[in-house]
Amino acid sequence: MKDIYKGELVRLSAMNADEISKAFSRWGRDSEFKRFLDSGVANMASHTAINKWLEKELEEQSVNQHWFSIRKLDDDMLLGDIDLYVYNWSGRDAFVGLGIGEREFWGKGYGTDVMKVILRYAFTEINLKRVTLNVFEFNPRAIRSYEKAGFRHEGRMRQVLNKEGRRWDMPFMGILREEWMEQNEH
Amino acid sequence: MFDIQTQLFEGKDIRFGPIDHEKDPEIESKWTHDSEFMRMFEIDPARPMSAAMLKKKYEKLEKEIEEDKNVFYFAIRAKEDDRLIGKAVINRIEWSNGNGWIRLGIGAGDDRRKGYGLQALAMLLRFAFAELNLYRVSASVQEYNEAGSALLKKFGFVEEVRRRQALDRDGRRWDLLIFGLLKDEWANQAKA
Amino acid sequence: MRDLFRGELVRLTMEEPEAHAKTESHWQRDSEFIRLADSEPAHMVSEKKWKEWFEKRVENGFSPKRYPFSVRTLVDDKFIGFFGLWLDLIHNEAWIGIGIGDREFWGKGYGTDMLKLALQYAFTELNLYRVSLGLMDYNPRALRAYEKVGFRLEGRTRGDVQRAGKHNDSLWMGILREEWLAMQNGEKQ
Repeated sequence: MKDIYKGELVRLSAMNADEISKAFSRWGRDSEFKRFLDSGVANMASHTAINKWLEKELEEQSVNQHWFSIRKLDDDMLLGDIDLYVYNWSGRDAFVGLGIGEREFWGKGYGTDVMKVILRYAFTEINLKRVTLNVFEFNPRAIRSYEKAGFRHEGRMRQVLNKEGRRWDMPFMGILREEWMEQNEH
Repeated sequence: MFDIQTQLFEGKDIRFGPIDHEKDPEIESKWTHDSEFMRMFEIDPARPMSAAMLKKKYEKLEKEIEEDKNVFYFAIRAKEDDRLIGKAVINRIEWSNGNGWIRLGIGAGDDRRKGYGLQALAMLLRFAFAELNLYRVSASVQEYNEAGSALLKKFGFVEEVRRRQALDRDGRRWDLLIFGLLKDEWANQAKA
Repeated sequence: MRDLFRGELVRLTMEEPEAHAKTESHWQRDSEFIRLADSEPAHMVSEKKWKEWFEKRVENGFSPKRYPFSVRTLVDDKFIGFFGLWLDLIHNEAWIGIGIGDREFWGKGYGTDMLKLALQYAFTELNLYRVSLGLMDYNPRALRAYEKVGFRLEGRTRGDVQRAGKHNDSLWMGILREEWLAMQNGEKQ
């Protein structure tokens, strides 16, 4: 069987609360990153506060949540985190959330690579039937990356976000097990 | 031989030891990042774990061992340098029925195929039958884990149950096999 | 769509902790029932403890992994038994534990009716791929009931259960979704 943690540029790794909370705190200073990641109001938190929150979250990791840190294969550098949240077992569907905090690695294929890895994990280790994501209209780079990973457009929630004096849509994208199997010759 | 003097926890190249809460988490964390190992050892999804998570897991485990009194856990260490190379467990022991389940894994790829698994299983079975006085030992193996099945058969385990397509992994379904070994069967082949 | 909670002889319920505790307390006096149902040594628990246990379940709320049901007769609403489905979400299968605590209702088709409701729920509401169960080899009545509804024997673990001076085997059974569907279609024809 293939190594399901490894892609071509990155690998999935455990979440180390101390290391990640420091990174989250640092990446949180980049408001563009925050606005791509989260629909809430961009604000900052101390590493201590994040650490407390993170330790609690990680302790409660159940079969519903699969949360990984992302490391570069060549030098093990921490780039960001990715998680699969199974919100519906009967439909076997999960939301995937991805954040690459190190902006020098945007637009270089890292996002697409880790998304491919998590899809393999979703379909051959958690055995889901579909994976869903939503993304913000003002993040075309991410949208292109997800298209490359195999996601299809499924619609958009209109004008849900209010940033910089105008309203924005939130596209939904999804990929089905059969589609992934076909694309990956299973 | 069932005499008191024969060592239960010392093998030829390996020994059984307790958990080292300081050193072991880091080492086991690496194993959990090896998805091949995880998919052989676990039925649950492979998930990488940090040393911090493993520390917590060990604490919970020792608590469970103390309270439930139906689990025995051994760290497998290389005799040459005492490094952690695997783990051996007997759990789900039902004392009134005299049965228990075993699990065994050699964590680092470099340490596999060196006969450590064979030595560890021999010691684990001796502990189960000659010290815990169990009547039978069970083990569960995934259909794709041929090395696991082969190792069990070497000790006389009989394939008893085939749970058809019970496992979903790597895009297809697999059977889950259950093997069993009774104490007389073990005693006979231990003599041989 | 079919009625998930109603069979031909029984219906499924969620009992109040007090009523549930009272009934379980009563069933546990029948050691034959306990020894057929469970491989752990037969023992007794106070009604208070049973109630606490059921109240805790209420507090914990629903889990996506556990689906317990109580069973009452349609005719006179008697609380006669239970079944529970324990799910493995990843592999999409469930273990079923089922029992009729009131021996007056053994061997009269109630078990089969309960099994039919359980499998229907498993395959058409939980959308499972497989349902598994285990039983002791000294329980031939249960074996017959399970075979009747489509479970296949997948093996036996030898000498698993030491009871009444003997080492008895445990039997392992399973039914796949496609097998269950085929049986349903067969029945319609």
